[in-house]
Amino acid sequence: MKRFNAAAIGAALTCSVSVPTLASAEDLTLCWAAWDPANALVELSKEFEAQSGHSMNFEFIPWPNFADRMLNELNSGGKLCDLLIGDSQWIGGGAENGHYVKLNDFFDAEGISMDDFAPATVYAYSTWPKGTPNYYALPAMGDANGWFYRKDWFERDDIRAAFKEATGRELGEPKTQREMLEIAQFFQGREIDGKTVYGASIFTERGSEGITMGVTSALYPWGFKYENTPGSYDMDGAVNSPEAVEALEFYKEFYETATPPGYTNSYMGESLDAFKSGQVAMAMNWFAFFPGLYADPNTGGDKIDFFVNPPQNQAGSTLGGQGISVVAYSDKQDAALEYIKWFANPEVQAKWWELGGYSAHNSVLNDPGFKDSAPFAGDFLEAMGAVQDFWQEPAYAELLLAMQKRIHDYVVADQGTAQEALDKLIEDWTEVFEDEGKL
Amino acid sequence: MTDPIATRAAKATPPRVARQIKGLSDRAIAWIFVAPTIFLLLAINIFPLIWTIQLSFTNYKANRLNREPEFIGLRNYERILTDSDIWLNMQATAHFLFWTIALQVLIGFALAWLIHRNFKGSNFWTTVIVLPMMLSPAVVGNFWKFLYQPQIGLFNYIVTFFTRAEPSSFEMLGSVQLAPWSIVIVDTWMWTPFVMLICLAGLRSIPDYIYEAAEIDRASKLRQFFTITVPMVLPFLMLAVLFRGIENFKMFDLVVQLTGGGPGSTTELTSINLKREAFEKWRTGYASAYAIILFVTVFGLASIYVKALNKVKER
Repeated sequence: MKRFNAAAIGAALTCSVSVPTLASAEDLTLCWAAWDPANALVELSKEFEAQSGHSMNFEFIPWPNFADRMLNELNSGGKLCDLLIGDSQWIGGGAENGHYVKLNDFFDAEGISMDDFAPATVYAYSTWPKGTPNYYALPAMGDANGWFYRKDWFERDDIRAAFKEATGRELGEPKTQREMLEIAQFFQGREIDGKTVYGASIFTERGSEGITMGVTSALYPWGFKYENTPGSYDMDGAVNSPEAVEALEFYKEFYETATPPGYTNSYMGESLDAFKSGQVAMAMNWFAFFPGLYADPNTGGDKIDFFVNPPQNQAGSTLGGQGISVVAYSDKQDAALEYIKWFANPEVQAKWWELGGYSAHNSVLNDPGFKDSAPFAGDFLEAMGAVQDFWQEPAYAELLLAMQKRIHDYVVADQGTAQEALDKLIEDWTEVFEDEGKL
Repeated sequence: MTDPIATRAAKATPPRVARQIKGLSDRAIAWIFVAPTIFLLLAINIFPLIWTIQLSFTNYKANRLNREPEFIGLRNYERILTDSDIWLNMQATAHFLFWTIALQVLIGFALAWLIHRNFKGSNFWTTVIVLPMMLSPAVVGNFWKFLYQPQIGLFNYIVTFFTRAEPSSFEMLGSVQLAPWSIVIVDTWMWTPFVMLICLAGLRSIPDYIYEAAEIDRASKLRQFFTITVPMVLPFLMLAVLFRGIENFKMFDLVVQLTGGGPGSTTELTSINLKREAFEKWRTGYASAYAIILFVTVFGLASIYVKALNKVKER
């Protein structure tokens, strides 16, 4: 009887440990964009697989097709993704169209507090309507548009002397947008080591979101606002304010006088290529790429340094980054929620930062050693303190494409004036909000 | 006289089937055979067309399944026809259509005429010329994007070899003036062989005795060309123009790869704009109206053209 009891207890224990795991082991699919941090996430997720017994599959889509592919998937109620790290601007559509699972009850039950994450990221990546405590995502990847430059060129005596002679000041990281343009213009067409180099690579891409993400990096520091009063959709005087017009003219001047020839449709990939091939002195891109750039054997290490998007009238950076959501059409929501619970863990968040992902968790960001943990960590913190995002409305795609058209028409195709471009943009956006019944 | 094939077919029909169809008229049997095709045609072509027409009168958005579409009458049509940006897209499409067809017909016919001479190695050159047509438009788009690159692209170097200008002094894809021509050049490079093949078929269909008779009548080569060659190849040429016209009216992939519709909206052809409205902005009702307008335009132009083609054939 004793032997039987021992066997029974042993069997019961075995069942209690292994059966629930085996019975609920799922094949989860996580969808995201194909870029450096995605590879880090694959590495990170191995730990989750080992702990939970679930296996992770990944669907990574190249950036130019990411929105198109994923929004089609969501709109058609597709079951491809159980978890989606979707762009911040999708949160409105994800919530209102029922694509994302609302996470409030889950967070309460599991003791996950949004106070543990950087407020800017919670606001941008998780909440809908904006700023309300209705959460549809967990901040997964903090990001902003920043800059990097050829430190080795900036430190060369001959170049520094030439810059001083040309501008009357020392060559260094720019403190304003105007200074940045001046530096870029100084390098434009300059011969360095027998090769013609150019000022900077900026975003000009037409098809998806490129030029909008680039131009807002000038608009925000000039004080651009989408509405006169938040939530009013009252755009006249805000979107086309004199500051906005000046910022747009600045971006066009930058494009025309300080970028390499042929960069008429360039985004993340082209910016990285221009820098890595030694064509440009500076380049804009998302912080997400900075670990990879720093590790580059040819242009990384001592040859590179980073700076936050310079202020002009005020500090301002374009927000990137994403939150992780559970897709409402998934049949494996429980396992997907398990992943979110695991991902919210401070130790996992610390490892996420180590591997190259940008954690938005306060335990990582507020760590005294964080600023010195990477050459761009301090800039990242500074950028995240002054980020602004594009509209996050359910009609965001219409709003974005209208801006892509108006800005590209003006900046690259040289049609009309900055004032006309912004006036037309207000007309387009007004039409969208009228269709939406918000005006 | 009994058709031997029909007799054989009747004998080959299994007795059970033969008994079943015995009472059916020829017309009924014909309907049975045609019905699956008609059903497929209705399901794949006619039903979506009717549905599209219906959607074009609404503000339906396919990404807002929880929002009831409203009937808005002709508002979508009115918006499209009064939108100056859409007329610019139409102009860009017309420019692309006109110049690609004109160049392809001229070069295609000239190449066909040369190949028709049957010189030594003509078969080899025919294969070489036809190669671009066999490539995927996406590959061609990417390939030409590199060729047009102002700093390292071969195209700029070839042009500057003749003009002595700086290779990076002009941008084929980034310039408002040059971008519409850059897509014309690539489409012409890719599809001229198609026109050439059709013209070659036309040239080879002209019997030699007509030229021999003309020779006897002492008609000059030029006279033979304009009074025999051109009129007899004309129906083939018109067919090639019809095919290329319809194809280029819906041109999408090649131009998206090359310019993405830019710079600005300079090369944003109607098909690219329509795709953006339908599947990026998700304005399904609006895009349906847009598609109907394009359909009516192409259908109307093609009908007029086919009538003209038939008249030429009858001559």
